[in-house]
Amino acid sequence: MAVAAEPLALARRRSRGPVRHFLGRLFREKPLGAAGGVVFILFLLCGIFADFLAPYGMNEISPINRLKPPSWAFPFGTDNLGRDMLSRCLHGAQLSVIIGFCAAGLATFLSVFLGIITGYLGGKVDLIVQRFVDAWQSFPDLIILIVVVSVVGPGMPQIIVTLGLLLGIAGSRIIRSAVVSVRENMYVHAAQSIGASTPWILWRHILPNVMPPIIVLFTTRVGFVILAESGLSFLGLGVPPPAPTWGGMLSGSGRTFMFQGPWLALAPGLCLTVVVYAINMFGDALRDIFDPRLRGSR
Amino acid sequence: MQAYIVRRLLALVPTLFFASLIVFVTVRLMPGSVIDLMLSQNDISADKMSRDQLIAALGLDKPMWEQYFRWAGGILLHGDFGRSLWQNTPVAELLAARLPVTFQLGLMALIVALTVAIPIGAYSAMRQDTAGDYVGRSFSILMLAVPSFWMGTMVMVFPSIWWGWSPRIMFVPFREHPLHNLAHLIVPAVILGTSLSAVTMRLTRTMMLEVLRQDYIRTAWAKGLSEKLIVTRHALRNALIPVVTLIGIQAPLLIGGAVIMEQIFVIPGMGLLLLDAVYQRDYPIVTGVFLIVGVAVMLINLLVDLTYGLLDPKVRYR
Repeated sequence: MAVAAEPLALARRRSRGPVRHFLGRLFREKPLGAAGGVVFILFLLCGIFADFLAPYGMNEISPINRLKPPSWAFPFGTDNLGRDMLSRCLHGAQLSVIIGFCAAGLATFLSVFLGIITGYLGGKVDLIVQRFVDAWQSFPDLIILIVVVSVVGPGMPQIIVTLGLLLGIAGSRIIRSAVVSVRENMYVHAAQSIGASTPWILWRHILPNVMPPIIVLFTTRVGFVILAESGLSFLGLGVPPPAPTWGGMLSGSGRTFMFQGPWLALAPGLCLTVVVYAINMFGDALRDIFDPRLRGSR
Repeated sequence: MQAYIVRRLLALVPTLFFASLIVFVTVRLMPGSVIDLMLSQNDISADKMSRDQLIAALGLDKPMWEQYFRWAGGILLHGDFGRSLWQNTPVAELLAARLPVTFQLGLMALIVALTVAIPIGAYSAMRQDTAGDYVGRSFSILMLAVPSFWMGTMVMVFPSIWWGWSPRIMFVPFREHPLHNLAHLIVPAVILGTSLSAVTMRLTRTMMLEVLRQDYIRTAWAKGLSEKLIVTRHALRNALIPVVTLIGIQAPLLIGGAVIMEQIFVIPGMGLLLLDAVYQRDYPIVTGVFLIVGVAVMLINLLVDLTYGLLDPKVRYR
C-alpha cells in the first residue's frame, strides 16, 4: 500500500501547478529565504507606492523641525534641513527599485545574450570574448564605475547603463558555463540533426534550460546593483542630490550633522542592509531550489 | 613547474592587451563638453590653458591608434604615465607614492578576513546544522549585506558620541612611526576584512564538509587521534587549498573596498588619489590609477595561481 501511495502523492503534488509547488518548497525548505522573499516584495511595494506612503515630500524643507530625533510625527527623525527621514528613505527605496531593476535587467539580458552566443557557438569568437572578459574582470567594479562616471558624468541613466554593462559582461561567464553543459544534451543534437536553425535551437532548447541560473543571476544582481549605486552615491558620484538615495543620505551635508543627529546615520544604512540581506537570502534559497550545482558560487 | 609558469605568463599577454584597451577607450569616451567643463572648473589654477593646449595635453588631437601606441609605448618603454594636468607632477611618481599605502591596507584587511573566516568556517563545518553553524552562516550573509561605507560612518559617529573616542584620521607613514600608522589603518582594515570574510568563511565551510567525509579522516578518527589534531593536521590543511584561490578572486573587491575606506578615514592611497583626480577631472591620473589597479589584480591572480600550483601538485600537470 505504502508503495502505491507514493506516486499518487507525487501526482497530487505536481497537479498544484509550478508556482504553488515552488512556493510550497520555498516556505517549507527555506524559511529564511522565504522571509527574504517577503521583505524583497515589501521593498518593491514601498518603492512603487512611495508617493502614497511617504507622510511628507522627499525634499519638503521645514526649518522649525531641523534635526528632530525619531518621534511619532517623524519615525526616523529629520535631517539638518528639517526633511522627514522616513519619507526620504521611502523615496530612496523607489530610486533603488528603479536603478536595481533596470540595471539588473540590462545586465541579465546582456549576460544571457553574450553567454548563449559564446557558449553555444564556441570557437574563435568565444576565445576572444573570454580574454576580453578576463581583462574586464581584473578591474574592481567600483573603480570601473568611478572612472566611467567621471567620464560620462553622474546621473541615473548613466549609472543604470554603466552598472548594466559592468555586471552584464561579468555575468556572461555564469550563463556561458550553463549553456556549455546544456549544449551537449541529446535533445540539442536531435534538433541539430533534423536541421533546426541555430536561432530556433537557442530560443526553444537552450534558453528554457538555462532559465534557473538566469533567474538566480537577476535576483542577486538586484542586490548588488543597489549596494554599488549606494557606494557611488556615497562617494558623491551617483545620482546627484537632492535625490534621496540611501548612499547619498549617508554622505554630503548629512555627514557633518551626524554628530548632532546620530539617527541620520542609522536609517538609510539600515534600509540598505535589510534590503540587501533579504535579497541575498532569497537569492541563495532560489539557487538551492533551482540549481544546486551553483551552490557556493558568488 | 617552469613550463607552467611560462604558460601562465604567456596567457597574461592578451589579457593585458585587452585591459590596456579597456582603460584607453573608457577614458577616451569623454564627450567634448567635459573639456569645456574642465576649462571652466580649473581656469584659476594652472597657467590658463587654452582649449587647444588642453586637448593636446590629453593627447586628443591625434588619431586614436596613434594615441594608443604613444600612450602604451610610453608606459612600456619609459614607465611614463604622463603628467598630472593641474599639478604637473609625473603620474608615475604619484602612483609610486600611493601604491604601498593601499597595498598595506589591503594586506591588513586580508589578514583580518582570514583570521575571522577560517576558524568560524571550520567550526561551522565541524558542528554542521547546529545552532552555532546557523549563527555563523547567518553572520556571514549579514556581513555581505552591511555596506562597508555605512560601517565606516557608524564607527566615526557613534563612539565619538558615546565615549568621546574617534578613530585616528591622521596618516603617518609606516617608516616614520609604525605604531601610529597601524593605529590609523587598523580600524578600516577590520571593517574591510570582516566584510570580505563572509565569502571565505562559506568556502572554508563547504571545503571542510567535503574533506571531513574523506576516508583518511575516518582513518584518523579510527586511530584514536584527538579532534583538535584531526582538524588542524588533516582536515584544515586540505580544505584550505581552494581557499587560496579565493584571495585572487577577492583582490578586486579588496581594492574597491579600499577606495571607500581611504575616503572615510582619509588614507592617502590609490583610492583617494583616484577620487581626487576624478573630482578635479585630472584624466592622466585617472588613467594611470585605472591601469595600475587592473595590472595589480592580474599579478595577484598570477601569484595566487602559482602558489596554488605549489600547494597542489595535481594542478601543474594539467
